[in-house]
Amino acid sequence: MTAMWAASPSEVLYKAASKAAGRRRSVARRRLPLIIGLVLLAIAILAVTFAPLLTSAPPNKIDVLNPLAPPLTPGHLLGTDQFGRDLFSRILYGGRIDLAIAFGATSVTLVGGTIIGLVAGYSGGKIDNLLMRIVDLFFAFPFLVLIIAIIAMLGPSTFNIFVAIWITSWVAYARIMRAQVIVAKKQQYVLAARALGYSRTRVMLRHILPNTASAVIIFSMVDAIGNIILAASLGFLGLGVQPPTPEWGTMISDGQNYMLTAWWLTTLPGLAVVFVGVSFSLIGDGLADVLRPGDR
Amino acid sequence: MNRFGSFPRRIAQLVILLFGISLVTFFLLRLIPGDPALAILGSSYTKARAVAIDATLGLDKPIWTQYGLYMGRLFRGNLGFSFFYGQPATTVIFNHIGPTVFLVVYAAVMAAVISLPIGFVAGLHRGGPLDQSSRVFFTLSFAMPAFWLGIILILIFSVHIQAFPLSGFGRGFFGHLYSLFLPALTIALGFSTVLVRSLRAATISTLQSEFIDTARMKGVRWRRVLWKHVFRNAVLAVVAVYGVNLAYLISGTVLVENVFSLPGLGTLLVNSVSSRDYPVVQGVTLLFAVLIVLINLLTDLTQAALDPRVGQEIGG
Repeated sequence: MTAMWAASPSEVLYKAASKAAGRRRSVARRRLPLIIGLVLLAIAILAVTFAPLLTSAPPNKIDVLNPLAPPLTPGHLLGTDQFGRDLFSRILYGGRIDLAIAFGATSVTLVGGTIIGLVAGYSGGKIDNLLMRIVDLFFAFPFLVLIIAIIAMLGPSTFNIFVAIWITSWVAYARIMRAQVIVAKKQQYVLAARALGYSRTRVMLRHILPNTASAVIIFSMVDAIGNIILAASLGFLGLGVQPPTPEWGTMISDGQNYMLTAWWLTTLPGLAVVFVGVSFSLIGDGLADVLRPGDR
Repeated sequence: MNRFGSFPRRIAQLVILLFGISLVTFFLLRLIPGDPALAILGSSYTKARAVAIDATLGLDKPIWTQYGLYMGRLFRGNLGFSFFYGQPATTVIFNHIGPTVFLVVYAAVMAAVISLPIGFVAGLHRGGPLDQSSRVFFTLSFAMPAFWLGIILILIFSVHIQAFPLSGFGRGFFGHLYSLFLPALTIALGFSTVLVRSLRAATISTLQSEFIDTARMKGVRWRRVLWKHVFRNAVLAVVAVYGVNLAYLISGTVLVENVFSLPGLGTLLVNSVSSRDYPVVQGVTLLFAVLIVLINLLTDLTQAALDPRVGQEIGG
């Protein structure tokens, strides 16, 4: 990742500019948030992927002798829940669903919304007008309420969380991308490409997209946090993943009944959400620094 | 030029938007797989009731006739019948509106109280201790699910310190203020993240404006410059952010009401999903969307009233 950006023109420009400004902050230090974020996220992904190797018991194995054991009990690193199920194991297996939603839902809406915004911004006129009125319409609903309403109609399940996010979440990307494209459309390099007689598709994909994509990519990190929190929220409300399958939000909701005696059941799955959220947030900040150094 | 000059155009857009909202909520019911009448009635299904539902929804008629029927019922304030509560959906929703409105207003005020001083001072002393610590705190709180934060606050302030009740709405105005303190704080903390960030940025850019230099060169006292020039302009810039993100407050309300078992619209919405009470789900969704559209209109008007420069752009 580090080597990939080393020779990018914006990076070279930035170096020159910051020298001129007399700033001492080195590039390596500027990239620190990005590197820390990527490492944290890699840890989360590896832990979730290799959950069977890291845990002593499967997530749904009931241990009647050890219900509500506190963290650091021998054999149960993070303690157990009301059925004696290992909390560490449940958090790792539960993370599979939350991370899958963060990646699966975010990547689809990123691509879809970017294409729609690109077409709307570049075409202008009636297509643009129609698409943007649809975008306005989606923004009129509180996001969570619209998601809940869609899930209410489709029925609660993991797959329907994906569907609900796919239906609603592309609008933010479309709006951001459109604004970028409208600015880019009037710039010299686009006019030059058009003057050379390149096709619409080629101008859009080969010239405008690479120069405008940074905004949506940075936003997608914020959106990924939103989707993780959304998945957990729906689980918490009982509208997402159905028990006994572990999922962070469902675990927090289950633990709320034992709040007075077993704090770890609600606190620890929530910390897992915060851990992944902070890693995405650092990656987003780091990408913003690397991709658009002028903004700070 | 009149600062509300483009107001009629704004109203026209509003009407189109409301029309769109009615379309979306109408088509929501079409997402149900299978027979809507069967889904709406659930366990109270009888042949006679199914025929009655088919007749009111006009399920045997073409889709646009059905939409016409739906709009006709909407204009008469009829959102359908909740078989779960055995009452019209309008009555059910009306009974749950109080706690939600109270909570949203409470949280909005609290968010302003929290973020105005923090954002302003963080912007004035960029890189200072308050700026750094608020940045860390709000990065963390941005990654926190609102419902989890609520539970943690309960653990600290209701279980350990026992300063606030675990749940409930309280009695009377001050009872509500007391009981809803933690729920409102939960929402306000999440909301403050955005507000502090944008107020900080607005303060920084206002400080760099030329009119600040002008004011200083005129010999105006620094304290007065800060208050009359910097703060006023920075807050103006944040009014828009505040309005746009009120939608966030409403999403927060849905979750937090469920954490604190408050008898509001959010709890109603989630319970209605579980009991497959479709008319109520449809009605609450519609109500929230209309509320947000009205709030956005109010934000625009407030901005136009506070800042003459905005007036010309409002229609855009």
